[in-house]
Amino acid sequence: MAKLRVGVVSPERELWSGEADMVIAKTIDGEIGIMPQHAPVLGVLVEGGVLTVKRGGGEPDLVAAVHGGFLSVANNEVSILAEVAELGSEVDVARAKNALDRAQASVEVGQESADAAADAKRARARLRAAGEEVG
Amino acid sequence: MGAQLRLLRRRIKSVKSTAKITRAQELIASSRIVKAQQRMQAAVPYEREIIRAVTGVVSNTASVDHPLTVARETPRRAGVLIVTSDRGFCGGFNANVLREAEALGGLLRSRGIEPVPYVVGRKGITWHSFRGREMGGQWGGFSDSPAYANAKEIADVLISAFSAEEIDEIHVVSTEFVSMLTQNVVVKRILPLEVEETAEKPETPLPYFEFEPTAGDVLDSLLPRYVESRVFSTLLQSAASEHAARRRAMKSATDNANELIRVFTQQMNQARQAEITQEISEIVGGANALADAAAGKE
Repeated sequence: MAKLRVGVVSPERELWSGEADMVIAKTIDGEIGIMPQHAPVLGVLVEGGVLTVKRGGGEPDLVAAVHGGFLSVANNEVSILAEVAELGSEVDVARAKNALDRAQASVEVGQESADAAADAKRARARLRAAGEEVG
Repeated sequence: MGAQLRLLRRRIKSVKSTAKITRAQELIASSRIVKAQQRMQAAVPYEREIIRAVTGVVSNTASVDHPLTVARETPRRAGVLIVTSDRGFCGGFNANVLREAEALGGLLRSRGIEPVPYVVGRKGITWHSFRGREMGGQWGGFSDSPAYANAKEIADVLISAFSAEEIDEIHVVSTEFVSMLTQNVVVKRILPLEVEETAEKPETPLPYFEFEPTAGDVLDSLLPRYVESRVFSTLLQSAASEHAARRRAMKSATDNANELIRVFTQQMNQARQAEITQEISEIVGGANALADAAAGKE
């Protein structure tokens, strides 16, 4: 079966590129799974989403936290344009946990709740990308 | 020791220490150009993809009717983003950009549009505040290694001013990095967006996209990102150009200092030789006079 050519790019660098069997991302409308021969799609990704790239062939899945951005699919090419992205393997779990706790604390206090809620979302996405269980 | 000799020695010493500084600056700049170039390269994939996505949306929707792409009928004020450096020691880098910005301002005024400067880089900010010009916005402190967050901040201010109809056009005056030796000042208009049909025609016709959620929503969030990415690449190019300009300026300063040292050393040697010659002729003269006096007595 044909494979997808996947590129995950952020403005400052190209995070990852390679071939894969399936890409799962979260758009504003909901989760979307892309397999080879998918129709061309341009989607807006949600803030604090998790991207999963199933590489197949026994290779481990690539998981990344993606904060905002776009997904574009055409001719078996998938590009993830992320404003901020972090590979699961690069996430500093302790720091992300810290950030989550802080964000949650300030949500409870009720200060700048919009900012804090977004922070909490990002931290959760990072933890999930790193393979941690998050409530 | 003669006064002239001492003076020359002192000047050589001071020129030598200047040469040391400029040489160090030159080396620092050369190493930073490489880094800046790498960052430019790293930003290319994202920019390419975002241009492709914008082209994709535009070619799929019959009429692009987004506020950011519509040209205003009677533009009255235009924002001019001027990208300069934070530090000097880079030759004509800032002067060239500012001169071009002034020229653009004149051109806009002749069309009845009032230019509003938005300035990046401390040198440009000082230039404007010294002349008492009002600025629409100013950012400094990151000109030699801009981050995407900086570009986002700038783009946010520009886009919101544009959306609020405070300004009707946005132009950018910056330096484009062509190569280590060539950097050009360029003037571009970034808003309203002219969605460029890229010069190179794609080999395959662009696919017919589906949109998640809708074409309008995608465009809404895509266009600001596109502007951000344009601003970011402008900042990166400007940073690389700044280092290249600084390297060149510092290299010619070092060369000049070395030439001065050579000339002064020659002059110093001449002065020393003249002094020695004079001393010898004085001694010989004195000895002769003594000898003559002794011969006269006899």
